[in-house]
Formats: sequence, C-alpha cells, structure tokens
Amino acid sequence: MSYNAHELMICVAARELENGATAGVGTGAPCAAAMLAQKTHAPELFIVFEAGGCGPELPAMPISVGDSRTFHRAAMATSMLDIFEMCQRGAIDYAFLGGAQIDARGNLNSTCIGDFEAPKVRFPGSGGGNDFASLCWRTMVMTTHDPRRFVASLDFKTSPGYLDGPAGRDSVGLPSDTGPYRVITDLCVMGYSDSEKRMEVQSLHPGVSAEQVQEKTGFELFFSGDLEETAAPTETELSVLREQVDPAGVVIGRG
Amino acid sequence: MSVRDAVAKYVVDGCYLASGGFGTNRIATALLHEVVRQGRRGLGFAGHTTTHDFEILCGGHVDGHKTITRLDAAYIVGLEARGLSPQARKVMQSGDVEVSEWSNFALAARFRAAASGGSFLPIRSMLGTDTFDRSAARIVTCPFTDQPVPVVPALYPDVSFVHVHECDAYGNARIEGIAVADKDLARASKRLILTTERIVPTETIREAPDRTVIPSMCVDAVCEVPYGSYPGNMAGRYYSDEAHLKEWLAIERDEDAHKAFMKQMILDTPDFDAYLDVCGARERLPELERLERAP
Repeated sequence: MSYNAHELMICVAARELENGATAGVGTGAPCAAAMLAQKTHAPELFIVFEAGGCGPELPAMPISVGDSRTFHRAAMATSMLDIFEMCQRGAIDYAFLGGAQIDARGNLNSTCIGDFEAPKVRFPGSGGGNDFASLCWRTMVMTTHDPRRFVASLDFKTSPGYLDGPAGRDSVGLPSDTGPYRVITDLCVMGYSDSEKRMEVQSLHPGVSAEQVQEKTGFELFFSGDLEETAAPTETELSVLREQVDPAGVVIGRG
Repeated sequence: MSVRDAVAKYVVDGCYLASGGFGTNRIATALLHEVVRQGRRGLGFAGHTTTHDFEILCGGHVDGHKTITRLDAAYIVGLEARGLSPQARKVMQSGDVEVSEWSNFALAARFRAAASGGSFLPIRSMLGTDTFDRSAARIVTCPFTDQPVPVVPALYPDVSFVHVHECDAYGNARIEGIAVADKDLARASKRLILTTERIVPTETIREAPDRTVIPSMCVDAVCEVPYGSYPGNMAGRYYSDEAHLKEWLAIERDEDAHKAFMKQMILDTPDFDAYLDVCGARERLPELERLERAP
C-alpha cells in the first residue's frame, strides 16, 4: 500500500509508545500517533493533555489541547498544575515537543527569530513545552527536515534538550536520566548518541540517502553504526490511521 | 451585574489582568470584548495559554492605542494548530509590550502560590534555558537537601475573568471538565468577575456542594452570559466555531480590514448578545451544540 511522509512519521512515532505507557501529547501529528498506538498495539496507552485531560477515549482529533475531546470519557478531568506536578513527580514517560528551531542537542526554540527585545518573528513561547522537556523521562519531536529548522545555533533556547552536552541537564539541576529521545522527520528517525548526547540518525526512510539528510541539516549529524531502513507502514497501521484516527485527513494530508 | 458595569467598576487603566480557561476553551469572551470596547489601556496581562483571548485584547491596539503594555508570557500569539495571529504578532514585534517569559507550569505555580497566600513556589522547570533567564524566577538553595531549586514568585492579579458553566447569584460556581488554572486564579485575584452560562438557585448549589469549585467569598461580580465562551468551546454545551476563528485570523492580515472588523464586531456593538447576532453565531450555534454532543 502506498503512503505519504505524514503517515510514515505518525506510524513510526506510534511504534515508540509501548502498551501501558503514559504519554503527554499535543494536537496534530503527535495526537494521531498516540491514537494510532492506542488502536493497535497499545490499547492501555494513557494519554495526558497539559490543560488537564487525563486518560481520555478520544472520539475525534481534538483541535485544541484543552478542548472537550481531550477529556471525553476520560479517567480524570483535572488542572494544569496537577498534570505538571505529576510530570515533575516522574509519572509521564513520553511527551511530544515542537518548535521553529532544534539544535544538535535537542534544545528547542519556540519563542522568537531574531533578537528577543525586537524579534523579527514572535512565536508562542514555551507553553507547556519547557515543562515537558524538563520533566518527562523521554521526549520526542516530529517535524519536517529543513536546514532552517535544524540549526547549529538557536535564536532563543526555549526548552531544554541536553543543553551543552552529556552533563548539561544534571549540572543545572534538571531531573536525572530525563531528556530527548527521538526526532522523527520526513527523511529519517534520529536518537542521541550515548557518549556525546548529539543527534544521531538511526534509520533512513525508504529511498532516502544519508547525504540527503545531511544536506537538509544545519549541523553535522552522527550516523549510527548499524544504520537501518525505517520499516514502512503496515496495511493495518495505514487502514486504522485513515479510517479511525483521521478520517477527515486533516493531519495525514489527505483532507 | 451587567458585563459593562462590571468592567467599568473593576478594570481600571494600568491594572493587571488575568483571564481563565485555555485559549479557545471556556474563555470569558464577553469581558474581554468589553475591555476593548471601553478602551482600557496600559494593562498588565498574564498570558497563560492565551490564544483567542490574547488576540481579542491585541485587537484593541489600533491607531496607537495600547491595551496591553506589560506581559507575563507562557503561550501567546498562536492559536495552536490554527496558526499565528498576525495582529498579536504585530503587537509583540512592535516593542510596545514589556515581556517576561514563563512556562505554563511556572505561571500555574505562580497562581497557586498566590492562591495560598504565599510569596513563591519551587518548581524544577525552566532550568538552563533562555526562558528562565528572561523570567523573574530565581535559584535558591533547598534548606533540607542543600540542592539548588528554582522558585517562581506568586502572581496576584488585580482583576481576573473566569467563565463557568453555572453559579448562583453570589458566585458559588461549577465548572464541568478540566479546571485548567481557574480554581487557583479565582483565589489568587484581588478582584474576580465571573461570567456564567446560567445563574442557578442557591438551593441547587447546596444540594451538591462538592461540585462547587469557586466559593462566593472569592467573587466580586457575577454576569449571566449564555454562550459566553463563544467562539470558544464550552465543554458539554457547544464546540468551538472554527469558521469564525479562521475568519478572524484571515482578516488580521489586512490592517484596514481588521480595523473595520473590530469596529463591526466589538466597538459598534452594544454588548456580547449583539455580537452573537452580528457575527452569525446565532445560525451556527445549533450545529456547534450538536457537534459537542456527538463529536
């Protein structure tokens, strides 16, 4: 079955979420990935939204992180402070993050382009991004691969990745053993090297070359010693995604 | 009390304002419109996941008028997946607004600190980032573990707006679904104005007191505003009006068109009821109610 880049990214992200895990998600592709996981291999995935939705049975794709769908038939409808306090307590395994810029250590900028005092472009800011990035065990980013996005130096460090290196998070007092885990793009899947905590390509999507990925990245990438080809979406994944998760085609680009 | 009287009485130029809900969900639209309609200026504002609410206030920034001049920003300018507000961007890129950066957790903790009558709370977020450096958070040494701990200062807004599902005439209020930060916001604020989908008898409140999340002792004014979160979502009542939100965003790309739009929607309408007539909400609300019942 043929598929597009959005569908591949969502399927890859869904596979990272094991049954029984707790995942903090936003709207769009991350939410689609969590819903797909829940409807395939991870029926007991516990989905959490920062506005207070906790363990919902999502009836349809939410438009806002705080709309009523995020607590439809939920285990609990609570407060934002409660969600982040539980996150700080270590209760949330995965969270999805986004931003206009990401660097080799997984630090993210969602605040501004240009000088902070007189920005060329002002973006929303942290929202709950910094909190999930600071406090979740493992964070993931889903984004298109573009050299303006994957940059050597951020205009503003909104949310922490590994900061300036392997000891960065511990040295400032962030909880130990937390941090960036995966970056899933339209070209490849990346993790972070054990020794350097630098972005490292783990698998290339079918038909994509290492040169192509490097060319679209504004810093030097590491490549894993056992570089693989990303497994294509299965027929089951695609049919669940298209028929049950996003029948309107809003996120998968088939609307 | 009418929305007009409540804003006239409690929201003065230069005061610090906060608004509850979550961007396009359970927001106090009528009060936000009224702030713009009455031409308030020089306000401080807590941008705690503010999307359409912030966009409305930024709509007051025309012909040199400055509605907001100080801002605590955790999430501003964007309307989540709907995109960025051109008008809010323009305001934030103008240099007219003095801004401190925060995360959502940090601002929620600042409201909690104030809600409990305190001066700060420790949180383990924002460390090592420019967000921290551009905030007013500090690092202290924990007296028990000797570890460094970031602390955020209590935030006591002068006035807050919260929209609720129902309350009695005194303001004993119920919220269905997520409370976001509103229980703390209500307790933190020096003045609190509630808008409510409907006013219920006090007897109804007393029959199920466990459902009350804001007690009347925190409330300064109650205004009955049916569909008061429109064009936002109101859990269990009506879904967000995506067509109207999209129209609003699109019109902001053209300065003159936006100015005329603000005049038509807010400045030339006497109140929120009239806005619902002018913007076409009356025709769309039955469908939004149906969509909320069967998503």
